[in-house]
Amino acid sequence: MNVAVVRFPGSNCDDDAFHVVGRVMGQPVRFAWHKESSLGDAEAVVLPGGFSYGDYLRAGAMAANSPIMGAVKAFAEKGGPVLAICNGYQIACEAGLLDGALTRNASLHFECRDVHLLVEGKPTPFTRGIPAGRVLRIPIAHAEGRFVHPDVAALEKEGRVVFRYVDPTGGVSDGANPNGSVANIAGTCNARGNVVGLMPHPERASEALLGSDDGKMLFASLLAEMGRRV
Amino acid sequence: MSAPKPGTKPVTKQEPPINEATAKEHGLSADEFRRVHDILGRAPTYTELGIFSVMWSEHCSYKSSRIHLRGLPTSGPRVIQGPGENAGVVDIGDGQAVIFKMESHNHPSFIEPYQGAATGVGGILRDVFTMGARPIACLDSLRFGRPDHPKTRHLVEGVVAGIAGYGNAFGVPTVAGEVYFDGSYDGNILVNAMAVGLARTDKIFYGKAKGLGNPVLYFGSKTGRDGIHGATMASAEFDEESESKRPTVQVGDPFTEKLLLEACLELMNSDVLVGIQDMGAAGLTSSSVEMAARAGNGIELDLDQVPRRETGMTGYECMLSESQERMLAVVKAGRESEALAIFAKWDLDAAVIGRVTDTGKIVVKEGGKVQAEIPVAPLAEGLRYERPFARPAALDKERALDVASLQAPADLGVALVKLMASPNLASKEWIYRQYDHMVRVGTVVRPGADAAVIRVLDGAVDPANAKGLALKADCNSRFCALDPYEGARLAVAECYRNVSTVGAEPLAVTDCLNFGNPERPDVMWQLVEAIRGLGDACRALETPVVSGNVSLYNETEGRAVKPTPTIGMVGLIANAADAVGLAFQPDCAVALLGVNTDEIGGSEYLDVIHGKQAGAPPKLDLAREAAVGKACRALVAKKLVRSAHDCSEGGLAVALAECCIVPSKPGAPLVGATVKLDEAIRADLLVFGEAPSRIVVSFPPEREAEVRAIAAEHGAPLSVIGATGGRRLTIYQKSARVLDVAIDELATAWRGGFRAVVS
Repeated sequence: MNVAVVRFPGSNCDDDAFHVVGRVMGQPVRFAWHKESSLGDAEAVVLPGGFSYGDYLRAGAMAANSPIMGAVKAFAEKGGPVLAICNGYQIACEAGLLDGALTRNASLHFECRDVHLLVEGKPTPFTRGIPAGRVLRIPIAHAEGRFVHPDVAALEKEGRVVFRYVDPTGGVSDGANPNGSVANIAGTCNARGNVVGLMPHPERASEALLGSDDGKMLFASLLAEMGRRV
Repeated sequence: MSAPKPGTKPVTKQEPPINEATAKEHGLSADEFRRVHDILGRAPTYTELGIFSVMWSEHCSYKSSRIHLRGLPTSGPRVIQGPGENAGVVDIGDGQAVIFKMESHNHPSFIEPYQGAATGVGGILRDVFTMGARPIACLDSLRFGRPDHPKTRHLVEGVVAGIAGYGNAFGVPTVAGEVYFDGSYDGNILVNAMAVGLARTDKIFYGKAKGLGNPVLYFGSKTGRDGIHGATMASAEFDEESESKRPTVQVGDPFTEKLLLEACLELMNSDVLVGIQDMGAAGLTSSSVEMAARAGNGIELDLDQVPRRETGMTGYECMLSESQERMLAVVKAGRESEALAIFAKWDLDAAVIGRVTDTGKIVVKEGGKVQAEIPVAPLAEGLRYERPFARPAALDKERALDVASLQAPADLGVALVKLMASPNLASKEWIYRQYDHMVRVGTVVRPGADAAVIRVLDGAVDPANAKGLALKADCNSRFCALDPYEGARLAVAECYRNVSTVGAEPLAVTDCLNFGNPERPDVMWQLVEAIRGLGDACRALETPVVSGNVSLYNETEGRAVKPTPTIGMVGLIANAADAVGLAFQPDCAVALLGVNTDEIGGSEYLDVIHGKQAGAPPKLDLAREAAVGKACRALVAKKLVRSAHDCSEGGLAVALAECCIVPSKPGAPLVGATVKLDEAIRADLLVFGEAPSRIVVSFPPEREAEVRAIAAEHGAPLSVIGATGGRRLTIYQKSARVLDVAIDELATAWRGGFRAVVS
């Protein structure tokens, strides 16, 4: 599985995603530079975390208009799997790959800590392999992760809410919501299900040494999915 | 970019006359002004006066401290580069080096906390990556005034947000540090930032302008008028006018810094780079002068080529600007275009602004005219003062402590809860949750532990079993105020212990010496004594000082801060996965490495419970410290212990409480302990005394013989004092129960203590 990790100026989780895809999952991986307009032979794309272009405007707004995003949109329209993490999620929303927006955390602070997530919604390449009801422990690290959407009910009905913040036992509660996201939404997908975005960082929870390898399930699921396609 | 737009007329400024009064405004004494004349053989130009003033400032020249710093141990088998360069370099095997340094940004952070702290982080990151290292961690040592001082909350929030704003965007994990509150910092907070980077030993770069005729390149942000005289401001006391100096505080841009990092590392891989240095304090002046001086060369600069943010800037302003995120590099002649292509890729401004010469002088031209021509050596060498120092006569009176007159609290459990909630001891989670402490997937031991542990991923054969670096910054300034020599020794010892506690071998030290006005003999005495203590401890513990910073004039309206020689230490652990945490697990034996004493001087207990900062700091036996540290490292390496935690502020009781109230892994239940002590010491002194060289360890009971054997092998005293289990912390002295408290109560106090400061 050839994976492209997009590198914007100011991306800072690009090396981390590269490490997990390459060394932890053992897959061929390369960086796609923001000034490029092709993804080459990539079979999956990661939009990594960071502060693209400094995020001095709305987070992700500049990156959404960079040359490489044209290629990412074309790739997604053909059904190619795209995983958008943290700043990548903000970029995907700004680029129209995903619906909704990510605004300032309710606490007004940057929040870096572990959260718990429940997987739900329609099957996606990144979640199909995760057992139903399994609570994942994955870190967040963001100041602008409060998900907002004008019609959450429709999103839920279409099965496009993929991750929700829950307590360690799987309960949806205000206490489990780290940023004030509507309906505790931590991640969503597009109508087709091939583009998945989430604020938590699965690449930071893909090795037991770092405290959790629950995030590895997203990458393993993708790998299984690609195998199924072949 | 430097030429004014057509139709706009550059603003020309009338330069002030050059005389003793102008020199004084620049922070130069009449005597120093005369030396400028002697060196030049004539009166200086205004630009030259500016250059001398920043190069000879305390901040850049270390003129008061230098003769004393010579006594520090700076070499060792692992030291590749000691003090004098942008940062220290230490060999960690496998062709890799750790590069690190700590620096202060105290005055800017007091005036404008967000930008002051942010640019402090930016400056120290550049010091590290300018030598070829990718930053892998940051630490911060922060000191604020009393929690209830009207300014404290604003300063805490601003400084923390500034550190977060810069480090998080840049993409470096901020993993450890310390935060203390004390009235002596009411008008002069301390913000000390430490950066740690990783490099290949064959790819280390120095700030040397070598090779006659080689071009000098400027790259990074454009030059503006911000930060002019920052170094001079940092070298003066505060007064009520200081707030008006806000324009001297620079503004940080972590995005450009990130581009600068990537461009630098790419340049360093390209074979065109000769020497490189960041433009920190005193900007273009200090970077060009220091690079020329280190190589024994001259340097010629054409200011017309400097990328500028605004029109009408004078040569004086260009040379003194402290605009952030700028670098100066010397590249091989004829290879300029390769370097410029890299900067273009990263969208950075860049220009050839000068050449390396053999004149031994810095020559600054603007509009074809020479604005400054100064011999480099005396400029860079700076001044050396042997300032008078004397032990303050009042110290003995301040220290006087009659322990017998202290009334022991009726319930030591209640006293312990109060200590756990005191802002100095309470959980700092409110702070470190705002720092991205996990980016770069290296953080194996997160903030809140004795020391953070970062896995070294580059070059690791197996990422799950990579070597690790243990990092800690520490200083107990209360001890230093009572006895600066012992206080400095204790600060080194505590860092050594923290690093050993997680299982890492201490390698080397960086320091940040924060003191008041050195022109006062009592302050100078504190500085001299602290440096002597630092040297003695580092020699004994074989942790040489490889980099550092001296910050003087930390006082407001004549009131100096407590002497604060902050120590940053880096240690190495063969396998990061072996590092142990501090949390108790059920059904373990609890033992103490080290010996309890009745020493209570300068303790947190004395301050919080009795409102006194008095007495003598506890005695430190460096041989025992080393023995305890080695024993603990061996216990970790042999996987005998389940937990290890050092005793520091609050003594044994607080150390045990902390082991009880932190889960051993996320979601794990908290585990209490019952401990029995046999010493015939007054109970409150026994449990709250702060004798150094003590580590609490726990292990499965069946391993006791092996644990004892290892302690004995290293000559470390060890006593098995109890067992883990239950939901209470109970301490017996012989058969008397002297402390008994629910761990939930301790946890609640500890978790909430800091919030009281910020909300």
